[in-house]
Parts: sequence; structure tokens; C-alpha cells
Amino acid sequence: MKKFLGQSTWEFSEVKILGSATAVGPLEGEGPLKNDFDVIHEDLHIGQDTWEKAERKLLEEAFDLAIKKSGVPKDKINLMVAGDLLNQIISASFSANYLQLPFLGVYGACSTSMESLAIAASFVEAGFADNVVAGCSSHNATAEKQYRYPTEYGSQKPPYAQWTVTGAGATVVGKGLVGSRVKYATIGKVVDMGITDPFDMGSAMAPAAVETIAKHFNDTGRTPNDYDLIVTGDLAGVGYPIAKQMLLERGYDMSKVYNDCGLMIYSSTQKVFAGGSGCASSAVVTYGHILKQLKERKLNKVLVVATGALLSPITFQQSESIPCIAHAVAIENEEE
Amino acid sequence: MGKSTGQKRKESEEKRKYQQMTKKMRPNPPILLNSLKAFLVGGAISLLGQGIQNIYINYFDFSKEQAGNPTVATLIFISALLTGLGVYDNLGQFAGAGSAVPVTGFANSIASAAIEHKSEGLVLGVGANMFKLAGSVIVFGVVAAFIVAFIKTLIKLL
Amino acid sequence: MGTYWAAFLVGGLICVVGQLLLDLTKMTPAHVMSTLVVAGAVLDGLGLYEPLIEFAGAGATVPITSFGNALVHGALAEAEQHGLIGIITGIFEVTSAGISAAIIFGFFAALLFKPKG
Repeated sequence: MKKFLGQSTWEFSEVKILGSATAVGPLEGEGPLKNDFDVIHEDLHIGQDTWEKAERKLLEEAFDLAIKKSGVPKDKINLMVAGDLLNQIISASFSANYLQLPFLGVYGACSTSMESLAIAASFVEAGFADNVVAGCSSHNATAEKQYRYPTEYGSQKPPYAQWTVTGAGATVVGKGLVGSRVKYATIGKVVDMGITDPFDMGSAMAPAAVETIAKHFNDTGRTPNDYDLIVTGDLAGVGYPIAKQMLLERGYDMSKVYNDCGLMIYSSTQKVFAGGSGCASSAVVTYGHILKQLKERKLNKVLVVATGALLSPITFQQSESIPCIAHAVAIENEEE
Repeated sequence: MGKSTGQKRKESEEKRKYQQMTKKMRPNPPILLNSLKAFLVGGAISLLGQGIQNIYINYFDFSKEQAGNPTVATLIFISALLTGLGVYDNLGQFAGAGSAVPVTGFANSIASAAIEHKSEGLVLGVGANMFKLAGSVIVFGVVAAFIVAFIKTLIKLL
Repeated sequence: MGTYWAAFLVGGLICVVGQLLLDLTKMTPAHVMSTLVVAGAVLDGLGLYEPLIEFAGAGATVPITSFGNALVHGALAEAEQHGLIGIITGIFEVTSAGISAAIIFGFFAALLFKPKG
């Protein structure tokens, strides 16, 4: 039985969100969405010795709490799908060691949240699992250390740079009776428009988001206003207006429903340049704030489009441009 | 299946147009303001250096030529301290080249790399990574000095 | 008093050159610093950096350009005495204070401090 539309928009009939959780760092805990996060840490080190261990702790917390909130006993969780920004996705792998669940590691840079959710949903739909937990994390210091400069280095970031969100989000999906539905997932293709500046992620990722969103509408026959909210993961101050304009040029007027997680997570007074980025940007906003709004029926149909920049420090040093990708997942409430 | 030349040309045209559009829509660094901040902070650090040098000349009996070395060492000490206290990165965001170009910036690049990689141990972390940022400066300085001195000496010999 | 103004002006201006390179080109901080060091070496080769130090004092010795100048000085001083091989043996003579201080204080900073993000 065919469960996909077009080239790669997957359609789910039975997958529900059974529970989710988020853990964030101090800056996020002071932002406009602070009441929607489960755990807020005031210490950027999260009480750990190293930045890497701190990120891992956030992810472990998010997974533990998501499983607890779902009500599914841990031994009934068949699979864990997770990823993060660090080399060899160590936060995900080491958390998997802690959780001791069958594990599939994934890497989509900042699109990992929806990539892992899409994969988790498809395993449940296809009957390879009853319950799957998906999640991802990012940490400002680990990202700076790996991709840019030591955190105490006095470099000057341009105004269009972004701020990696410190946090982790996880969700359990399965064939439960209550909970919002995961309805569609549109898997994106890699798009590279030749942007080379690693501080200008927004410009690099916007075309990938546009490509996936347009494909989603095309495959499902939906239009922007079919949704109460459409968010991109972390296009932030620079990529958001670019994507909006490009979609308008393709005939999709997003003005009533479009927002961006990187813009939602921080207030305008917080010193975050163009806005948030990182796996956690889409993950904590979606699993913390958006799912809460869906549960309270303040929103009923949401499309989350997580965007990722697939560069590494080496590709930048070798003067390559930045290929990007975006994955979209539609989450909605059943009609009342 | 490769792309035809026509397809490739169309794609590079699209890319070029896109890059032009993003350049227009992107907030650019405030060039004049940045240069002003760099000027003021860089000037102030040089002033500090001048003051320290005069102290060494007047109170510690160094000659004008000799005072340069302890002055540089003192500035480096201050910079390493401010880096450790977590202050230099904020100064850097404000001043840009104003704090990076003086020798204090050189010290900051070494100290910040050393501090960051302590988690990997003293030998493989601190020792191996200390020159992550400053290495290019040393390499290019030495190579350039070699070439310049070589040419000059050769000219003298001829 | 005169040297203080000159120090402020020249030190500031060299930083402005660095800032413009950062803002107007695709150069990273490492590229800009390397360029300035090479510039210092070349200027000393042309005999222009010493007069600048005379005029501006710390304004010329504090920026990283003076590092290039000092390297050339060390090389040429040894070359005077020992010919071409002196270039290699003399390069670090004048600059050893700077590099040693940076390594030593950087190391101690790593021992004493934790990164704060």
C-alpha cells in the first residue's frame, strides 16, 4: 500500500505524539518561551566538567523526561533516533549508551529534529516499532569550539551571524489514542546556492527551506493558509525574509502563518545577533512551545520545517560553498 | 548522468542572482562605526603600552631599546588574565581589530585556545592546540622575515 | 606628551587597517593578522618601520606588525655577523620575549581558568 505522495512526502495514518520534553540553558530560559520548557539550567556548564558533557546531560534529561511524560514504559520503547552537531554525533551516541535503547544515529545538522521525527514516525507507521523516541541537542559552547573559535577568543561576529541554541528536545511517537498526529513528512534534497560565508547561515539555508516547503504544498495539494502556523527551524533574521520573498515569488503567500524558531526563541533585547540556530532551535521550540499550543488547541495544524547547513570546518577552509537541506513535518490535531 | 553546459550555465546564473539578492537583504557590519571603535580601542591599548614602557624606563632603569621587551610581556600577561576572566571576548566583539591587532590579541588567541582545550588534557589539549589561531601569524612572520632578510643580505653581498 | 598622542594615533590607525580588511574583504582574523605581520616585515626591509617606532613609540611596537619588524631585525643582526646562515639563527632573538610570555601566561591561564562561553 503506497504511503507516499510525489517523490518523497510520507503520509502517516496512525502516528501520534505521545509525550515530549525539552531542557535548555540560561539564555533560552530567559527568553519569551521560558514557560514552555520543562527544565531550565542557569549554568551553561550544566554542572559538568566540559562543554561536551554538558550537552550530553541536556539530551539525556530531555529523553528521560519525554519517555516519562509519554507514559510508555521504557522497555516498550523499541527504538531511539537521535543526532546532534558534534563530530561523530557524540552527544547522541553517548546518550544512547545511557538510555540503553536500540539506537540509530542521524545527522542533518540543524535539520536533525525533523529528520529524526520523520524517521521515527515512519518506523511506527510501517510496523517496525510500536513506540520510538526521537531527539536532538545543541550547545552554544560546543558549537563555537568545533565550528568557529574558542569561546574566550575575542573575534567580532557580524550582525547577520546566529547564536547556537543551548538545549535538547525529545519526543515519543507511537500509535496511541490521544495526542497530536504526525500527518506528513516531506524529505528535502540538498540545495547549494553558492553561499560561502559560514557566518551567513540564513542565506545559505533559505533556498533549501523554500524547496522543501514548495514540494510539500505540491505533493499534498495544501496551501499556506491550510496551516495555523508554518515555522522554519533557524533561518532567523536574515533567512526568514529571504524565504518569505522566494515563496511569494513561487505563488505561496506565507504572510499570515509564517514564523521562524530562531526568531521565536530569543527576545529582541537578548544579544543574539540575527537569532537562534542549532538542532535545538527547532527542537525546543517545537517540542516545548508548539506541541503545548497544539495540546491546548490554540493551534491545530502546524508545519515544522527544520533547516540544516551541511558544512564542516574543513569544507570551509577548502573554499567550498555551503550545501543545505530542509525537512518538513506536519503535526495536527484530529478534527473535534 | 552529467549536466549539460546549458544547464550548468543556467544554474550558475541562478546562483549568482541569488547571491546578489542575499547581499542586498543582509544587514552589513557598520563599517564606519567599527573602524571608529577599532581606532579608539587600538589607540588606547597602544597608549597603555606607551605608559608601561615609560614606567620601565623611568622606574626600572631600562633603556629605550631594552624597555620594549618587558612592555610586551606585561601586555601579554594582562591579556592572558583578561582572557581567563572571560572579559576579552566581550572586548573583542566591541572592538574587533582594535583588540585583535595589538599584541594583546595575539596573547588572547593563544590563551583562549589553551583554556578551551584544557578538557582534552595538558599535553594533547593545551599543548597541541595552543597555537590553533596564532600559528599562522608565527609561520608567516618567520617566512616573510626570512625572505626579506635573505633578499637584503644578498643585495648587500652583491 | 607628544609621544602619547603619536602612540594613540598610529596604534589606532594600524587597527583601523585591520578592521577594514575584516569588514570589506572575506579575510578571517587569522588572515588579517598574518598579512599585518608580513607587512611589518616588509616595511622593515624597506627601512620604514624603525622611523615609525621613533615617531610613535608604543603605537608602532604594540600592534602585531612590530612582530614582523622584530623578526627581520633579529635575522639581519645575525646575518651581519655570520652571513646568510645568520638569518635562520637570528630570527627569534628579538621576539623571544613576546612568544615566551604568550606561551607561559597562556599555559598558566589554562591551568587556572575554565572557559565561560
